[in-house]
Amino acid sequence: MSTDIFLFMKSELSLTLIIFILLILKVWDGIKDNSTYLHIANFLLLLNFAVGFIYTNEGVLFNGMFHTTTLLVFEKSILNLGTLLISLQAFDWLKTHKHVPEFYILLLTTLMGMFFMISSGNFLMFYLGLELASIPLAALANFDLEKLKSSEAAVKMILLSAFSSCIMLFGISLLYGSTGTLSFAELPALIAAGHLQLLALIFIFVGFAFKLSSVPFHLWTADVYEGSPVAITSYLSVISKAAIVFVFISVLGPLFLNLPGTWYNILFLSIILTITVGNLFAIRQDNIKRFLAFSSIAQAGYILLGLSAGNQMGTTATIYFLLVYVFSNLGAFGVIGLVSYYADKENISDYKGFYKTNPMLSWILAIALFSLAGVPPTAGFFGKMFLVTAGASRGNYILVIIAALNMIVSLYYYLRVVKAMFVDPNESPIPKITGSITARLGLIICMIGVVVIGFASCIYNYIHSLTF
Amino acid sequence: MTNLTILIIVPLLTAIAVLFCKNTAQIKWTSFIGSLIQLGIATTMFLAYIAERASGNTAQMLFQQRYSWYKALNIEYFIGVDGISMVMIMLTACVVVAGILISWRVETLSKEFFFLLLLLSVGAYGFFISLDLFTMFFFLEVAVIPKFLLIAIWGSGKKEYSAMKLALMLMGGSVFVLIGLLATYFATDTGGGAHTWDLLQIAHAHISLQTQMYIFPFLFVGFGVFTALFPFHTWVPDGHSSAPTAASMFLAGISMKLGGYGALRVAVYLMPEAAQQYSWVIVLLATIAIIYGSFATLMQKDLKYMNAYSSVSHCGFILLGMGMLTKTAIIGAVMQMVSHGVMTALFFGAIGMIYERTHTRQLSELGGLLKVLPFIGTVYVITGLCSLGLPGLSGFVAEMTVFVGSWQRNDMFHRVATILAAASIVVTAVYILRAAGKAVMGPIVNEHFEHLKDATWNEKFASVLLILAILAIGIAPFWLYNLIAPDAQLIMENIARSVTGI
Repeated sequence: MSTDIFLFMKSELSLTLIIFILLILKVWDGIKDNSTYLHIANFLLLLNFAVGFIYTNEGVLFNGMFHTTTLLVFEKSILNLGTLLISLQAFDWLKTHKHVPEFYILLLTTLMGMFFMISSGNFLMFYLGLELASIPLAALANFDLEKLKSSEAAVKMILLSAFSSCIMLFGISLLYGSTGTLSFAELPALIAAGHLQLLALIFIFVGFAFKLSSVPFHLWTADVYEGSPVAITSYLSVISKAAIVFVFISVLGPLFLNLPGTWYNILFLSIILTITVGNLFAIRQDNIKRFLAFSSIAQAGYILLGLSAGNQMGTTATIYFLLVYVFSNLGAFGVIGLVSYYADKENISDYKGFYKTNPMLSWILAIALFSLAGVPPTAGFFGKMFLVTAGASRGNYILVIIAALNMIVSLYYYLRVVKAMFVDPNESPIPKITGSITARLGLIICMIGVVVIGFASCIYNYIHSLTF
Repeated sequence: MTNLTILIIVPLLTAIAVLFCKNTAQIKWTSFIGSLIQLGIATTMFLAYIAERASGNTAQMLFQQRYSWYKALNIEYFIGVDGISMVMIMLTACVVVAGILISWRVETLSKEFFFLLLLLSVGAYGFFISLDLFTMFFFLEVAVIPKFLLIAIWGSGKKEYSAMKLALMLMGGSVFVLIGLLATYFATDTGGGAHTWDLLQIAHAHISLQTQMYIFPFLFVGFGVFTALFPFHTWVPDGHSSAPTAASMFLAGISMKLGGYGALRVAVYLMPEAAQQYSWVIVLLATIAIIYGSFATLMQKDLKYMNAYSSVSHCGFILLGMGMLTKTAIIGAVMQMVSHGVMTALFFGAIGMIYERTHTRQLSELGGLLKVLPFIGTVYVITGLCSLGLPGLSGFVAEMTVFVGSWQRNDMFHRVATILAAASIVVTAVYILRAAGKAVMGPIVNEHFEHLKDATWNEKFASVLLILAILAIGIAPFWLYNLIAPDAQLIMENIARSVTGI
């Protein structure tokens, strides 16, 4: 039993350890130089990522409050990898920041919240994890300390996230009132088509939809993405979204098991709205962070499309897509972060003529965007194809046609950015940017991922072997 | 030398090698040699294919290779060739060599230019050898981005508009194909709820007529967008005329053929009953495209626009042949694909050479080029004559086969369509002869033209290569006919089998 705790909770424990080490390093005050501190942090995150691959075991702890499986460990590894990449890419920005230790402690605390959320076996544990994941994020959104917009983003985020948590909590309490249990293992069997429970499930779904920023609960996304520092924007759009989806797979799907019709109809509406609205709004954006915010809303719609399949194909496709999404979205945000830090420019029109001065960064951004658009030979093509295939497995072709037609719209706005970089003339383009080796390493890993994951079918097959 | 995978690897390696080149000369020579090697490999395979067939191998697809790729979804890397894909591969190899030679003077961002050209060709090769629908779709889509960038960066005129229009319309076509393919995939059943992307297996699975009726329009229209199916042809004029010369050659010579090949191989072959039911729609749209295309060409004053619109008309013959659903007509459609591919690539090449020297493509500003540019002028005339269907050149053979095949349908509707399509050749003759007469013959209209220099070695090489192909088809069409006939027979058998099966 005693060793079990260490093995089952290895991801959480290793994160806790890292948080303590970083805290002690700050208190010790022996490291004067930010970059040394950052290198240590990155190294620890690398170790943390590696821990995910050592001796995986399946089991339950604390009377069913916490459980772990190979799939959950794999999901946590995806999040670990994403966090490591963000940390690498944020190197340049953090190097001159005054509060680096706080940044890492907050960041890793949210990550730990997500881990508990993913591993939770009970709504109480889940809610604790969710709050642990959301509240430090609001503090992080405010991390561009001099910028007013950053504070605005933080306030918006904390208010709306509290609001959505409230709704979800209300749903959970209704569910508890009608069934008398909060355990995920017992709940599905107790749920029938009663009005109270239906209301409860819809409230819980709304709470999820808020975090996933699916339409019509997406309104906070663009403002928060725009105001937050790029590293946090990418963390919000990749890590916290992926974590929510992972919980979605393991919690919400089984909960609605007895109400397949209702569940599918809710998803159906949500998918159509999310993909279409996300895409149409993305066309009009000029701020590249807002643009990616809306594109990530549309991507959330595709993720829901995969989930709507409600079978193994859907689950596998969703997890695979999220893995691809980590690489492609972080590739894009990595470049945007460098440009934002060195040139202080965040508009698409500023990117005109970018190719003349920064060919490598242009290609990286372009390939990342192609992957988001789902154009081969990038991995995004496979990710999106599998999601649409999974969506089609239900035989609902209205949904598939709408999702597929939206791919044309999304290609249009991604190509608009590519056109600005490669084609449009500009008399004063963004000057040559030489990022640090660490940041470049982060970008290179993303590119390798985007190019390789698609062809390496073994990854998909591995996820398939874990899902059910 | 029968490992088809080499056909993808060689251009891919060439493209990667281009990235490591130091200067423009190295880039050009690397891509030229790479494409020449590829042409050699394609020819070897072509000969091996003929030898294999001559030795009595009657398997539907030769040189097959099969590896599991995404096992959970039954996606395989499954490749093989029949006569139709073999000639398309030869066509691609020839056009790629010619396109690279014609682009010899590209100086701006030449590394990216040749890289994208080669990437485009990888997509085409992969598409033609794929027997797995997923892999096929993958290769179909690979080419979208290179096309967009080639036109948007190196194009002329309203290039940004054209590039975006082309990319979005082709993406639209792909999306239709995707929906059709997904529906096909889920309509198959290989036991235990498993589905398959395997083209040969689907051809023998019986998909119900009702399902076919839903799927066929998606597949046919989707591929049709690529091959200028009316009314989805509007990207063709803009895209072709804004593209740099080599990209126009690739677009018209190879890329549009992806659509024709896909429409035949996927839509008609896999959905034979629906093809029967919808054949009148195809014939109708193809006839409109033929007539509309040729009259629209009459109105053009820009050489590239002329050729783009005439491509709409000529690609109409491909679709007409498919819509007629007789063996001869389908053979004609394939021959027209090859013939138009070679001919239009040469046409765009010739226009590119003229534009590079005179800096104009307006018919009114050209004249007497034959006197100062005898070689280029001759090339322009030869390809023009091929386009209007002069016997002895490939255009005549292909169009004639389509007409003969169409005439075999002896009801009023098909007769009228055939006659109208055949009558369009008169219009073709008008615009071709007018353009050739004005631009190439006649007096020199601009004294600057006196100092123009005729074709360089690379342009001559490219032109001669394509002219040889035109002559090879035009003078001795039987080798091509015999190569395609067994495969067209198989497609017809699938259609006949399904008709008797109703």
